[in-house]
Amino acid sequence: MDLYALTVHEAQDLLHRGEISAVELTESVLERIYALDNDIKAYLTLTPEAALEQAAEADRRLAAGERTPLLGIPLAIKDVLCLQGVPTTCGSRILEDFIPPYDATVVSRLREMGAVFLGKTNTDEFAMGSSTENSAFFTTHNPWDLDRVPGGSSGGSAAAVAADLCLGALGTDTGGSVRQPAAFCGVAGLKPSYGRVSRYGLVAFASSLDQVGTLGKDVLDAAILLQAIAGHDPRDSTSMDLSVPDYLAALRRADMRGLRVGVPREYFIEGMQPEVEAGVRTAIDQLVDMGAEVVDISLPHTEYALPVYYLIAPAEASANLARYDGVRYGLSVPAGDLWETYRQTRGRGFGPEVKRRIMLGTYALSAGYYDAYYLKAGQVRTLLRQDFERAFQQVDVIVCPTSPTTAFRIGERADDPLAMYLSDIFTLSVNLAGVCGISIPCGFDDQGLPIGLQIIGPAFGEERILSVAYAYQQATEWHKRRPPLPVAA
Amino acid sequence: MSLTLAQVRHIAELAKLGLTPEEEERFRDQLSAILDYFGRLQEVDTSAIPATATVLPVRNVMRDDEVQPSLSREDALANAPDVADGQFRVRAVLE
Repeated sequence: MDLYALTVHEAQDLLHRGEISAVELTESVLERIYALDNDIKAYLTLTPEAALEQAAEADRRLAAGERTPLLGIPLAIKDVLCLQGVPTTCGSRILEDFIPPYDATVVSRLREMGAVFLGKTNTDEFAMGSSTENSAFFTTHNPWDLDRVPGGSSGGSAAAVAADLCLGALGTDTGGSVRQPAAFCGVAGLKPSYGRVSRYGLVAFASSLDQVGTLGKDVLDAAILLQAIAGHDPRDSTSMDLSVPDYLAALRRADMRGLRVGVPREYFIEGMQPEVEAGVRTAIDQLVDMGAEVVDISLPHTEYALPVYYLIAPAEASANLARYDGVRYGLSVPAGDLWETYRQTRGRGFGPEVKRRIMLGTYALSAGYYDAYYLKAGQVRTLLRQDFERAFQQVDVIVCPTSPTTAFRIGERADDPLAMYLSDIFTLSVNLAGVCGISIPCGFDDQGLPIGLQIIGPAFGEERILSVAYAYQQATEWHKRRPPLPVAA
Repeated sequence: MSLTLAQVRHIAELAKLGLTPEEEERFRDQLSAILDYFGRLQEVDTSAIPATATVLPVRNVMRDDEVQPSLSREDALANAPDVADGQFRVRAVLE
């Protein structure tokens, strides 16, 4: 049996019954990483010794009778989340040597449960990007076709899950950065509602949009991981003090009869890949066969989501990234005076996309342009939120494509920022409105590349989207297909 | 709308971002195209619409003024590029 190929819930079962050990499981995944990650390049940092120690400790806890859901499960963490003592680079030269002295709250919750951390996965620099080509270190390759991008910015985590280089992973989603790479890599990727998960120890990009999300080989795994990290954290004033539902119980109750599924007409646009539209329409028919009722809905301000997002996110980023000044941590380029030290450190430390967004954000916030750009974007953001509020009075969930195309070729959109920004056009509104969404595989195009189905729910409606995703998964086989990679390590 | 090189340099100065002449040229073209595209937001009537800054009903969070554990000085300085006498060393601001 190839242990690396297990899902979290399958491995949990075998570990709890004593049929495998956490050390065996971790060794199997590490061997797989050594065999394949030279080609896929999902990991920025591997921590095999620490992982094996954590696995041995998990085995001791298992032997003592402990039965917690993630005990002994090898996971990958996107390299924008702090893991104490392990480099956290955010895919940037400016943080190349940064070693955080503390754990992010999501990491410490997983650590207490006895999860095993394999290492840190590649990301677009400061999570800015839709392809993981903006990492300062290297590009991650899509396990389904190594000439293509894995999506971004959680491309390293999504590729690691798809290629069995971990059992599950954490990513972050500011404008679609968990869901879009999940779609491109054919895995389940969940963006919780804003406020559901603590952002403490997540290196901030756009504070009003960033949310930690989970990536799993199937919906159940994404739900198990969410259950582990969700909930209030006194150290993050934007994490909501709400009780966390039992997501796994919600999955078991999944019943599509009478469910009202909204299909927004604005999400089936000209220029989208025909196979993506066909795949999503077929999935909607499948939901109808299972008893759901389709409601034609409108989210009339959808066309403005892209400019709103690309004003608000860079504006917040320009403020958040002011902390990289070469004084307290990170790269420092000595120069004549303090101002020149700032300029040279930031000029050399940040890559092109980060500089572009800092420039855009600084411009949008500068005197004379604030009203026309930033304030205007905030007002249209209100209209986008109201679109969702109205829609959720009519329907239980909204269903649409995750991305207008399947994974594109490496380099194809690198020189055209606007074309790149369009990759996230179906995911951005979810972050702007603060609601939740999940991407699951719903078919393949004629190149054999996965197509993503996005299911959107209201704020704190994770139970609802998980139960629809799970019911769909129970009725289909798409999530069981694996990329054409060597089988044995 | 088309940005001038002087505007690009001014924004870079505000952002404390050292740019090469090639980057200045490239950003002028790219930011102009992006801002042009964003001009479509002006089509939307928002005269009576408040701006959304956060989607949550946030409130100020207070706690009792009690001493709590924090990072040690050693940990806080561990990543600093230049340390002297247990402090961050910065270049002089005033001559």
